[in-house]
Amino acid sequence: MNDELKEIYQQVILDHNKSPRNFRKIEIPSHHSEGLNPLCGDHVWVYLDVADGVINDISFEGNGCAISKSSASIMTAELKGKTVMEAEKLFHQFHDLVTGKLTDEEVIEEMGKLGIFQGVRDFPVRVKCASLPWHTMHAALHNQDTAVSTE
Amino acid sequence: MTEEKVTTVNTQFDVERIRKDFPVLHQSVHGKSLVYLDNAATTQKPQQVIDVLSDYYKGYNSNIHRGVHILSQKATDEYEKARVKVQHFLNAPKTKEVIFVRGTTEGINLVANSYGRKFINEGDEIIVSEMEHHSNIVPWQMLCEVTGAKLRVIPVNDNGELIMDEYRNLLNEKTKFVSVVHASNTLGTENPVEEITRLAHEVGAKVLIDGAQAVQHFKVDVQAIGCDFYVFSGHKLYGPTGIGALWGREELLLQMPPWQGGGDMIVSVTFDRTIYNELPYKFEGGTPNIADTIGLGYAIDYVNGIGLDAIRAYESELYRYMEQSFNAIEGVTLIGNAAHKSSVFSFKLEGVHPHDVGTIMDMEGVAIRTGHMCTQPIMKRFGVPALSRASIGFYNTKEDIDRAAAAIKKVIEVFA
Repeated sequence: MNDELKEIYQQVILDHNKSPRNFRKIEIPSHHSEGLNPLCGDHVWVYLDVADGVINDISFEGNGCAISKSSASIMTAELKGKTVMEAEKLFHQFHDLVTGKLTDEEVIEEMGKLGIFQGVRDFPVRVKCASLPWHTMHAALHNQDTAVSTE
Repeated sequence: MTEEKVTTVNTQFDVERIRKDFPVLHQSVHGKSLVYLDNAATTQKPQQVIDVLSDYYKGYNSNIHRGVHILSQKATDEYEKARVKVQHFLNAPKTKEVIFVRGTTEGINLVANSYGRKFINEGDEIIVSEMEHHSNIVPWQMLCEVTGAKLRVIPVNDNGELIMDEYRNLLNEKTKFVSVVHASNTLGTENPVEEITRLAHEVGAKVLIDGAQAVQHFKVDVQAIGCDFYVFSGHKLYGPTGIGALWGREELLLQMPPWQGGGDMIVSVTFDRTIYNELPYKFEGGTPNIADTIGLGYAIDYVNGIGLDAIRAYESELYRYMEQSFNAIEGVTLIGNAAHKSSVFSFKLEGVHPHDVGTIMDMEGVAIRTGHMCTQPIMKRFGVPALSRASIGFYNTKEDIDRAAAAIKKVIEVFA
């Protein structure tokens, strides 16, 4: 595999694609939203259970490419237990990361597993795949229950 | 002896010579020589067509049909020559039946808006098929919304062929229009358009055939088909983007109102009354896409120079090779097994989303299309959110297919 390809299809991404975490529905969510990328047919639902400003549970369902599926999986793993404020901050950081605006190595380091999505910035058409679950989560927290579209 | 030599058909398809005419093919992407297999989306342009565009802008750019000066006359002549080339290309009876449009989409919209709004009423029925491109669904849905007509759909069988018995059942005295694709961009299926037309005419319906994926692959004869309208795009025919043609029967075009008003489509204008221009200018309001129309004419010359029969023979052989190569790869499932098909291989790859297939193949230098291909209903029919599609043009080679097959194996390796 060449270097760029290794960057985008890292083992972690392939693992999460194969066995996504929190891939289920929360029956009574406090927040939920639907995300759609009409260009490639990626379709994701994000469910959250939020109480006192803390994300007690977060999950997702849907179908999509390896990038979007692993992004959703890692997002849910990372956000569980975090505050809504922290999720809001990470949403913006993640967006900057995949669009190449965030280059501060220290900040990226702090983002932990999310940092592996930096490779996506070299594939402009794939940025939407990685960010779709995040936009959907963000819309859910802001009580937008109409479908989010990347177009 | 000499005479025999002249009449002997050269069956040797000189693909290497043809490839030399296409500058874009000779480049590297991601450090690998480009393999272009996205021809159903758009084809590359030969140097001859590129030169014509440049010659026009450098040598005789001017507005047509109105200037008395020499440049305008030359531009008008070249523009009108393109119309004759399209006429002959489709074997259309009359030159004035050829209307230049931006592409297939605009051609269908013209017919839906002009013919449709005048002749289709509440309770009437319009038939399309399940394998239509969105461009042959949405304009008719929009017409139905305005008129109260109903859209009916010919279903597709598991091989990706139209179920003709279902079509026969759909036809009735309320059927006013049938609009069907000649060759499917997703399944590759070539539809029996002669029979579709004949059956529609039996109930008095008019027929439009969408030739966007047909004219570049085989000889189309609108008189043999018997249809009422035929549409195609230049950019899929090795010509420029932004230009296509609509052919329609004169007697229908005469009864149809103009679609867009403006300059060039009138004989005289006063605030009381405007007299529309004659065919085809009635439907070509505004300064047209002159350069690209001329370019389309030369693209037709180029294709004719190779010959559609030779193209058909070569591409069919190449398609069979592609089908064998790809089907031999474990995990690949072909979608679209029609008895009559060529040039398009759409597939599922076990456990891998098409977008990942596309990205990895691109890194291997192979350009294919991934996604729903503007045919969401057929995606739904086959239960997939998206597909990967390799589609060939006459400049592709067996080496291209080998490279693509190797790239698919690379995808499997990454996702193993």
